[in-house]
Amino acid sequence: MGRIPLIGKVGIIWVLMYLALKFLVSPPLPSSVIFMYMSLVTVCVLLYVSVFQDDADAFFGPIKRFIAGDDNEGGLRKLSRVVVFIAIPLFFGFRSYNSNMPSFEPPIQQRVIHPAPPTQFVGLYNPYREDKEHFAENVAAGGKIFFENCVFCHGDKLDGNGIFADGFNLRPANFTDPTTISMLQEAFLFWRISKGGIGLPEESTPWDSAMPRWEAMLSEEDRWKVILFLYDYTGYAPRTWE
Amino acid sequence: METFLKSIVENKKGWSKGLLGLMGLFVLMFLATTLYAASGPTGSGDEYRTFMGISSRNVIWFVAEVHLMFGAFVLGVPIFAVTLEAIGAKTKDPRYDKLSHEFVKLLGGAFSTTAALGGLLAFSLFGLYPRFMGYMFDVFHDVFYIYALIFFGESFTFYLYYYLWDKMQNRKWTHIWLGVLLNVWGTVLMMVANTWAGFMMSPVQIDPNTGNFIGTTMQAVTTPLWHPINVHRILGNIAFGGFVGGAYAAVRYLGAQTQAEKAHYDWMGFISNMIAIAGLLPLPFAGYWMGREVYSVSAVMGNNMMGGAFSWTFILQAVLVGTLFIFSNYYLWIGMERIPGSERYSKYIKFIEGILIICFAVWLTPHNLPLNAEEQIALGGQYHPTFKFLGLMAAKNAVINLIILSTFASFLLYRRANKKDGIPFSEQGTRAKVTLCGVGALCLAVMGWYGSFMWNADPAIYDLPADRAKYFKLPAMLMFIQMAMVFVAIGLTFMNKGKIGQALYLGVGVLSITFVLGVYGFIVMAVANPLLRNIAFTQWSMMMTCLLLVSTIDAYLFHGAEEYGAIVWGKMPVRSQYVLILLCMAIVLNIGLMGFIRSGLREDWHIYGVLRDTSQWAFTPTNATMAKMVSACLLVFLGIVSFLFWLTSVDSKKGHGGSGEGAHEPIAKPIGGIVPNPALSMGMQHRSMTGGAGGVGTGDLAGGHFSPGTLSISKDEKEI
Repeated sequence: MGRIPLIGKVGIIWVLMYLALKFLVSPPLPSSVIFMYMSLVTVCVLLYVSVFQDDADAFFGPIKRFIAGDDNEGGLRKLSRVVVFIAIPLFFGFRSYNSNMPSFEPPIQQRVIHPAPPTQFVGLYNPYREDKEHFAENVAAGGKIFFENCVFCHGDKLDGNGIFADGFNLRPANFTDPTTISMLQEAFLFWRISKGGIGLPEESTPWDSAMPRWEAMLSEEDRWKVILFLYDYTGYAPRTWE
Repeated sequence: METFLKSIVENKKGWSKGLLGLMGLFVLMFLATTLYAASGPTGSGDEYRTFMGISSRNVIWFVAEVHLMFGAFVLGVPIFAVTLEAIGAKTKDPRYDKLSHEFVKLLGGAFSTTAALGGLLAFSLFGLYPRFMGYMFDVFHDVFYIYALIFFGESFTFYLYYYLWDKMQNRKWTHIWLGVLLNVWGTVLMMVANTWAGFMMSPVQIDPNTGNFIGTTMQAVTTPLWHPINVHRILGNIAFGGFVGGAYAAVRYLGAQTQAEKAHYDWMGFISNMIAIAGLLPLPFAGYWMGREVYSVSAVMGNNMMGGAFSWTFILQAVLVGTLFIFSNYYLWIGMERIPGSERYSKYIKFIEGILIICFAVWLTPHNLPLNAEEQIALGGQYHPTFKFLGLMAAKNAVINLIILSTFASFLLYRRANKKDGIPFSEQGTRAKVTLCGVGALCLAVMGWYGSFMWNADPAIYDLPADRAKYFKLPAMLMFIQMAMVFVAIGLTFMNKGKIGQALYLGVGVLSITFVLGVYGFIVMAVANPLLRNIAFTQWSMMMTCLLLVSTIDAYLFHGAEEYGAIVWGKMPVRSQYVLILLCMAIVLNIGLMGFIRSGLREDWHIYGVLRDTSQWAFTPTNATMAKMVSACLLVFLGIVSFLFWLTSVDSKKGHGGSGEGAHEPIAKPIGGIVPNPALSMGMQHRSMTGGAGGVGTGDLAGGHFSPGTLSISKDEKEI
């Protein structure tokens, strides 16, 4: 690397970073995240090469000379400048055309996973959580309800891999994931179970969810008991008062 | 005083116009508010009105935002202006007094503009939202009058503070106390205004049947969000004032006609940036505290904020906050080129930058990724199995502390760049030893108090089952370990091995704060979620002890140190000044964005859960609309500020020239962005900028004129 000019080193680092993000991460990163990280890499290298004047001259000098040209440059250099100056607007024109051309690709989703619950569901508490005397009994009852109704989608390990799961997109929620029910209050789960996918607000794409509206099939007591079971089985604690 | 009053009557300086205008505005505002108040709390007239067919929500949004931007500036600047003045009085260094005075000059026009915008906001609110304002007046009518009275107090104190600057040079500490009083007025004023925002978001004492307020005025004031908003705004104002002051210095630097001017504004830009960083360091934690309290007040607002409609605005906020930290560091790094001897440390910059960028990447990564259909299928769901963890609060808390500590590392490098080893600590006086032990005791007290609390905490206070008590132990133990490191670091310093002590204390701190508690945060989120706020406080308090203890040790490590050469103020490439302007724009955008989020969280409620917004503008605007509106606020704010700064520059044109040798020296044409000035090179700078053999220049205090003598940084003087 010692003989490679600074601008070349920067180019190599940039390309290597892109290749690493594109091909070394599994499952692959979404293009939006790669774009975000590569923007950061670009900012990072530009800052690095411009901290000290010597580096800045070494990096930007060749670019300035290429753009401005000089009296002694050869024909090939002039030609390459002309090519670059034509290629750059063409490239952006192509990008602009591509992004505006009608496409069959669905647009990138910014689906809200955990939308705000309606006001009437805020501040509800699981009536069975404080009943320490019958806690195990209520958990067992909740488990029974789960295995009679929910297991087909959410799976017998509560990991979202029920027998119907592969038929859905969105896949059923994985309750064993530490970033799902542990981050939510029980009232939130009660809302989701009660109202199902159809009760989601628009930003959460209710048309994508196959979750039934369980309030039509389960009593309020049963819904609270199944919530008790979900937390007990996974070992997570519900988000509490805060 | 007579002369002061005379100057007002004779309208000498122009500011008296602003003062009189201000008073007139308040008389009008009183009349208007009294008339509206007389119509009763709910009124019988229109619920909403429009002005020339413009969306009333947008009118209020725009006016309130620009008013708040000016408010942040006029409340933030006095805090550090009086601090700088006190440093100047204590050290007898006239540079600080001069700088402080220059900051206060910037306030003159901004003060009147803030008041005018406040009046316009009040008119607009009463005119466009009469029902809402009727309700608010019903609850806060006492507070409105107190607010106006405090404003009078602040206005008169400001004008006294400003106009008596030169006259009170012989009674400096009295003048400084006047500045302190100005800050007290300003802070109380802001806190009073915050009561309205707090009540609108977290109303208390509401009759559930009628929706009427049934409590006392004090209950309406002391809502759950009042203090989180207070703390967040005070810190934000300091950072805001610092960055705007930095932009002012940058513009003046770029237009400087003499080397003395360049040196002055380079120094001013540096000080402004340091002030802004000082305000910025505790801000993330203050924001986290406020966010948690918002969630506590309402899970709906909490969900909307971080997981719902406003979650993408927080990604934008992450970009802006990251910009502030990274470019503040970048400015410091560029500045090292003007410090002889800094080349010894330049090799560390790439590591700091690498850490900052990685942390920023984590800080920026959303939990819920934007995906197209193919990507969603490839991932098997909405979340990436690995990167989803980077989007959680535990990860954010870990990296923001590391970002702060990395910024601190940049500051340490900058500080010691031109210094050789100082007097061994063991040979320093009692004062050094007592100070270090005192700081150590403070660190021990904070960590001991909170560590003990955590060790003995009852999980029931967080509605957690008893078996979760074990999760409180690890943070407590880490605090006890860090307490032991206080003894180690101080002990090593006493043995003249302070650098090792610093490294150990910082190293153990980073390990605990970022890596142990960072990972532990994920476990806690799953099994004892409320404890995460305690983890966050543990991380933050340990981080603050790192800043406090390590910087104290550093101060004595290099006490009396010989230097490689003086800092060559005025030798900065132009890109560094554009960075200062960029930082100003980033903080202005940030304040606009966060204002949108805080206010927008109420969704279609004027007063959350009590008074619904039934107007046609009750919907939450899109992020695109927000971006346009905040950008418009930025342009208008910076436009008005530029005009006011130009006025200031007209007033101060007579200064900054001085009579010293080299002061009027024209600036050479920049080559590669850096202005070479052989006279300012190491060793010669002292003579070239003092106009004599190290003496203070003439006329700098008596006439309010700048003297180049005040710029000199000789070997026996300290830089900040």
